[in-house]
Amino acid sequence: MVPFAGWLMPVQYTSIVEEHQAVRNNVGIFDISHMGQLIAEGSGARAWLNTMLTNNTDKLEVGTGQYTFLLNERGGIIDDLIVYRIGERKFLLVVNASRTDEDFAWLDQYRPKDVDLKNRSADFGGVAIQGPRIAELFHALFGDDVDLPPRNHIVDLPFDGTEVSVARTGYTGEDGIEVFFRANDATKFWNAALEKGKPFGIKPCGLGARDTLRLEMCYPLNGSDLSPKRNPIGAGLGFFVDLTKRNFIGRDALLKTKENGAPEKLVAFRMKEKGPPPRPHYAVFQNGERIGEATSGTLSPSLNYGIGMAYIDAAHVKIGAQIDIEIRGKKFPAIIEKKPLYKK
Amino acid sequence: MNIPDDLLYTESHEWIKREGDKIRVGITDHAQSELTDVVYVELPKMDRQANAKEAIAVIESVKAASDIYAPVQGTIVDVNKALEADPGLINREPYGQGWIFVLKIDNADDLKQLKDAEGYKKQIA
Repeated sequence: MVPFAGWLMPVQYTSIVEEHQAVRNNVGIFDISHMGQLIAEGSGARAWLNTMLTNNTDKLEVGTGQYTFLLNERGGIIDDLIVYRIGERKFLLVVNASRTDEDFAWLDQYRPKDVDLKNRSADFGGVAIQGPRIAELFHALFGDDVDLPPRNHIVDLPFDGTEVSVARTGYTGEDGIEVFFRANDATKFWNAALEKGKPFGIKPCGLGARDTLRLEMCYPLNGSDLSPKRNPIGAGLGFFVDLTKRNFIGRDALLKTKENGAPEKLVAFRMKEKGPPPRPHYAVFQNGERIGEATSGTLSPSLNYGIGMAYIDAAHVKIGAQIDIEIRGKKFPAIIEKKPLYKK
Repeated sequence: MNIPDDLLYTESHEWIKREGDKIRVGITDHAQSELTDVVYVELPKMDRQANAKEAIAVIESVKAASDIYAPVQGTIVDVNKALEADPGLINREPYGQGWIFVLKIDNADDLKQLKDAEGYKKQIA
């Protein structure tokens, strides 16, 4: 167990590689109770959130969600999150554990009178169930006549005398769901999923596998690949920013970055040879010149090579170019690759 | 957890097997089970001098890089090259084929500062 954003969480239950393979080949379950849940409700909620978040909440039908950013005025990333529209005038924001209080305080200071904002993180638990056998497990849990919600949709479903929210979302690159329930129901749901998942080879998965899975997909991790010093354009995540919106916090800064180009960009890379895996903060070189720093790194259990992401000088960003990663004073060759690093 | 009685141990989870004026060193079953999935080992350089508690090798698991320390002062006289091709030996046979290096010790009395199996058992309890 390791401390993680004020929670005690397992890095692994058995082995990171075994847990990783369970998710790629069968199905795995992650405790995501640490993630924060904020609820914004009121007649002005939708219009207000559109001024606070980068993606366009006008595109959200009731029962759907979108990936989005919360930025400061300089365009720096406070958090990345998923916002769900769970009612006509009600929105659920699922945010990173370590940023929950900061996100709440930031949003609250801009909150208009016609919006109510609550931090419900302590009231909810959650799990992510991910892997190719998710549909079978979903029906085993909720019944054969219940439909899996479509991608990025969220539905409330009855479960064993209680009600849970099921979203077709995830952080692994596999098909999967994230389920939120009242904190009191957490043990009940966790145990039921493990029991019903047995025939499908389910494994409980820790933070370690969560990191290797997301990194193979090049999904960013806030605090490592994202920070208030970085903006979504430099991180290569402009897709989740709607610059056609007239007004949102950070917009002016992002327009400038778009015009002038980001000085550094987040790239994915793969080690050229077997050797020590890259890690966060390792220096990146090209032809002897230091051009950046890794923000994530691990051994990819699927590819069996070291992989990572790094911010490097924009002038050096070229798919297929060779770079060197400095590991304990020695340089190891790597190749800048297209995202994602892992393809089915 | 396997903690053989005939070995000595360090606080940093190395095991030590005395072989005359030399010691064979690896990491304990407990350490490998905590690290899991060893994917790379950086062996110490042959013939190098090492001080007690000096970091002289690195074990990389999927999770993290961990330093391996010289239990006592001495000179490296052998390293386990098999780990370069098969680092998983450390997980499968921590006290056997997963050994890491052999150190010729400068002063046999230094070994008295190491833990016996009972002491190590208490440490990880």
